[in-house]
Amino acid sequence: MKKFTSLSSIATPLDRANIDTDAIIPKQFLKSIKKSGFGPNLFDEWRYLDHGEPGMDNSKRPINPDFVLNNPKYSKAQILLTRRNFGCGSSREHAPWALEDFGFRAIIAPSFADIFYNNCFKNGILPVVLSSEIVDGLFEYSGNIVINLYDQSVTTDTHSFEFNVDPERKRRLINGLDDIGLTLQYEDQIRLFETEHFKKHPWL
Amino acid sequence: MSQTLYDKLMSAHMVHDQDGASLIYIDRQLIHEVTSPQAFEGLTLAGRKIWRNKSNLAVPDHNVPTTERSSGVSSITDPISRLQVETLDKNCETFEINEIQMNDIRQGIVHVIGPEQGATLPGMSIVCGDSHTTTHGALGALAFGIGTSEVEHVLATGCLWQSKAKNMKIEVKGQLANNVSAKDVALYVIGKIGTAGGTGFAIEFCGSTIQDMSIEGRMTLCNMSIEAGAKVGIVAVDDKTINYVKGRPFSPVGENWDSAVKYWNTLHSDADSNFDESILIDASLIKPQVTWGTSPEMVVDINGSTPDPKLEKDEVKAESIRNALKYIHLKPNTSMSSVAIDKVFIGSCTNSRIEDLRIAASVAKGKKIAHNIKLALVVPGSGLVKKQAEDEGLDKIFKDAGFEWREPGCSMCLAMNADKLEAGERCASTSNRNFEGRQGQGSFTHLVSPAIAAASAIAGHFSGVES
Repeated sequence: MKKFTSLSSIATPLDRANIDTDAIIPKQFLKSIKKSGFGPNLFDEWRYLDHGEPGMDNSKRPINPDFVLNNPKYSKAQILLTRRNFGCGSSREHAPWALEDFGFRAIIAPSFADIFYNNCFKNGILPVVLSSEIVDGLFEYSGNIVINLYDQSVTTDTHSFEFNVDPERKRRLINGLDDIGLTLQYEDQIRLFETEHFKKHPWL
Repeated sequence: MSQTLYDKLMSAHMVHDQDGASLIYIDRQLIHEVTSPQAFEGLTLAGRKIWRNKSNLAVPDHNVPTTERSSGVSSITDPISRLQVETLDKNCETFEINEIQMNDIRQGIVHVIGPEQGATLPGMSIVCGDSHTTTHGALGALAFGIGTSEVEHVLATGCLWQSKAKNMKIEVKGQLANNVSAKDVALYVIGKIGTAGGTGFAIEFCGSTIQDMSIEGRMTLCNMSIEAGAKVGIVAVDDKTINYVKGRPFSPVGENWDSAVKYWNTLHSDADSNFDESILIDASLIKPQVTWGTSPEMVVDINGSTPDPKLEKDEVKAESIRNALKYIHLKPNTSMSSVAIDKVFIGSCTNSRIEDLRIAASVAKGKKIAHNIKLALVVPGSGLVKKQAEDEGLDKIFKDAGFEWREPGCSMCLAMNADKLEAGERCASTSNRNFEGRQGQGSFTHLVSPAIAAASAIAGHFSGVES
């Protein structure tokens, strides 16, 4: 798993609530059997003026100049700032794959959908939950933001905010630990559970 | 200590508990072609084995064509779709996983075939790389959708790390009116609590309306609980559940059946169990529903109108209403029954089971779809649903009315195969998501029940069922 410790970047403000994973990466790009290469099609229907299909040369497609990701000001941003319930809908992990491939390593929002929130941690992306009021304030702010996972802080030029994160998820993200490898340390315990479980529920 | 059904199911699968993170054992993983290739690739790269082959069951559903496909996988014309289905076939062969292949009569939408085959049973922990896995909660199972990394994790370890959700009770009481179905209950609830109303919760649906509801109706309801953001949607086991499960291919028999039934009968929340939130819904107030916007919470009665953003005090909500109306090409205060439609889709893991098709057919019987309808599709949820419907003559009713009768799959719910809307087309759809571009870029989706979809196909615009 990719590590996340801290980062310093401006944030791309995407001012919309309830952004679903269909919008983050439309279904036609889910036909890929790979994990990489989704970045150019992140927010495809909002980012381009034509209809995108896999295999197209995205550099030749007409871009939507009104869409914030196309603003050159944010071309190096590694933080996405957005509104509540980000990542709702489909469980497709292609959504965090596309965000990461595009260059985002952290997302700040008042809330996230469950499955998307989980998927972020598996891909080295830190989803940061801050209150609606703080997020409102960040939408008014255009300077640099420092996100530090060690002390769970988001710092602007004038303010610092704390955020919550599950301690085990934090440990794994900071150290870039392999989830499966960690779980397999419990192999004996799983076997033991399994034996008992099937004894109690022999129909399984 | 008294426990909710969700708490019971979590404890029954708890392998290890560490600072609120629980390692839970997974009894069944359902696999489809879209969210699994990278998981199998991960296993291969790490040289890992499958923990327990028998726990897994695979089926291709998202990419499969619903038109003539007797030549098998080669009848998928899109080469990248075809490669994805071929990759599933290959991975299942390599890793020795039971797969129901495309032209097997048992093939269908993963959330239809699981219960149909008895592969999902009460009390099981069930996952799938698909958010609509909540469907299986209708049988009293602990079932939820996961991402591809977790699919790989379950394949390799038989387990998953979970943090415990809070408990929410949604009690629905009273009798549903004629032509009001489980789909309307689901949309009504989402309209009340919002698409994030269930985030962080396990929802248990209970009350007399749910007790009276068929198992297929409960599946529709639990299926849509993810659209309220919930971790799981669940219904306690009762006689209907047990009768539904009996005699299915993967269901237990003999002594195992008896001990299973004994256990399944304990799968309900204890009388005095504690819920973090409780919501009471009066079923008699629920009318047939139709979504007007681009989120399942943007929903009104079929006789209702689109909202006016000027009347919304919350600025974020008002902006969402303006965005949605702009996208979907409707003005504020438009009566939904005045809105003409171009296409109709009856299908998806929400509404493609035999009862759904029976209801739609009863509305369409002896009638014709309106002249302005370019396409009305009926896509059964599985080959077995299709056969059952044909045995009952439903296919003939649909075809006589002008509907197309197709092969099973996810089809136009997410439009990954050839079944999609063109830009600017408006669809009455029995699926579960009306997000921007969901059924095709620039297209407009309105979620309805099978009865309303059929009635709207006949009327050419959104319409209730004629009495």
